[in-house]
Amino acid sequence: MKILVAVKRVIDYNVQIRVKEDNTGVVTDNVKMSTNPPDDNAIEEAVKIKEAGKAKEVVAVSIGEEKAQETVRKALAVGADRGILVKTDNIIEPLAVSKLLQKIVEKEKPDLVFMGKQAIDDDCNQTGQMLSALLNWPQATFASKIEIKDGKLEVTREIDEGLETIEINVPAIVTCDLRLNEPRYASLPNIMKAKKKPIEQLNASDLGVDITPRIEQIKVEEPPKRKAGIKVSSVAELVQKLKNEAKVI
Amino acid sequence: MSVLLIAEHNNKELKPFTLNASTAASQIDSDVHAVIIGHNCDEAAKALSELPLIKKVIHVEANHYENFVAENFAPVIVKLAENYSHIISSANTFGKNLMPRISAALDTSQISDIIKVIAPDTFLRPIYAGNAFATVKSKDAKKCVTIRPTSFDPCESSGGSAPIEKADPGEQFAKTKFIKREEVKSDRPELGTARVVVSGGRGMQSGDNFKLITSLADKLNAAIGASRAAVDAGYISNDHQVGQTGKVVVPDLYIAVGISGAIQHLAGMKESKVIVAINKDGEAPIFSVADYGLEADLFEAVPQFLEELNKLNTIQK
Repeated sequence: MKILVAVKRVIDYNVQIRVKEDNTGVVTDNVKMSTNPPDDNAIEEAVKIKEAGKAKEVVAVSIGEEKAQETVRKALAVGADRGILVKTDNIIEPLAVSKLLQKIVEKEKPDLVFMGKQAIDDDCNQTGQMLSALLNWPQATFASKIEIKDGKLEVTREIDEGLETIEINVPAIVTCDLRLNEPRYASLPNIMKAKKKPIEQLNASDLGVDITPRIEQIKVEEPPKRKAGIKVSSVAELVQKLKNEAKVI
Repeated sequence: MSVLLIAEHNNKELKPFTLNASTAASQIDSDVHAVIIGHNCDEAAKALSELPLIKKVIHVEANHYENFVAENFAPVIVKLAENYSHIISSANTFGKNLMPRISAALDTSQISDIIKVIAPDTFLRPIYAGNAFATVKSKDAKKCVTIRPTSFDPCESSGGSAPIEKADPGEQFAKTKFIKREEVKSDRPELGTARVVVSGGRGMQSGDNFKLITSLADKLNAAIGASRAAVDAGYISNDHQVGQTGKVVVPDLYIAVGISGAIQHLAGMKESKVIVAINKDGEAPIFSVADYGLEADLFEAVPQFLEELNKLNTIQK
């Protein structure tokens, strides 16, 4: 079995983002970038499946600017075998990403495609489902447990009501939840080894896909600030405030 | 052109967020039709027809719709979509799972999780865990939009009498099979719609200690929430998680106990009307969004809180 894992380079989850003064977006210059957190879970799961002898190859793919190569390299450092970088400097929406990934899937012919359930920058939660629609493959979104059984996957999904289990035929798309596993850290020797692993570079414009944005971002603003609150000195004071001032109990 | 709302239900009743999504749909265009897809879901279809905002109900029945598998649902909606300018659903796990599948099939760039309708093609949506708001305008002819339910009031649920039309079911998608759903049943208010939410974090230290949260929630008739840290640590099940990748809640009162206030958690609760934080670390970021902060050991403060609430009740009696 071959597993393709899509990884996205995003602003690190610990960074308090700042909106640009001209309201065209958020500041990304000199800001720490990392792999989108649930994409780390996706890589980890693929590598674990390979280590368990159930997959032969794990290929990491990222779409974005030249620097997204670092994100692919990180995936290689934790166990992916080789990488693909689809280069573009344009803003690409999830629909365009899924069309580009479709081209990669047609070329690579993986049995499974894994990715995080959501990117923490645009918070869209679309790409996996869109790719699955374009390929007409089964989708298992928000996966917190994956079991491989006779060429099928049994996937536990985190839903609002609790948990749901589905069985899907391969080939399939799985979008990963943060609770799927505990992503490992790359060891120094593995980081060194990853430098020798191949990363194929492609240009998005060569893949024959229209990636023109369909959504115009008119402006990006700071959300309204909450009025500063107060500290109370005791539980009794808290309860009095909630009752008499806020009137919520 | 009209708006098509995808109703969420459990084959018996409408899910409450269908009412919020109806409100959002009606703000795009007053001609709102709703599609309900399920198995033996006549009652839910009838409830849908009673929403005064809904002008027409399209009811699609088949065995293979019983468990809401997106691969089965999407083709039905894609087929209906030709008559509509907008397809709308809630941005909860139901809509998040389903809508992109429809959107890609229609070759439309979806707009997720809107919190405001500015114009029929222009919407406000949070990005970066709600740390920025983006105003976005769709240039697609057809628009697929998911709405953040807690940002729209629920519509009236009775008084309407929309006609119910049956539509033909589609084929079953054979490569995906539903196995089971493990729902956590509770008599408490639902987390997404509760007036009061009491949440615990890593500071609870164990699942057993969550009974403090439970007692407080009992007293306040509240839903129980949790930070991702508490869910990851196994103190409580995933359906309680509040945050960027969990649920977004906007109660009148949110009480955060032993929660430090990571960006990801704040994303799910900082629009609450009144926020209380109880944490022994006075520097915890949760205090930056709290209306009332109490710097205290939760294991002393929560029992005292219960005592004070008991006193209040005595006085009221």
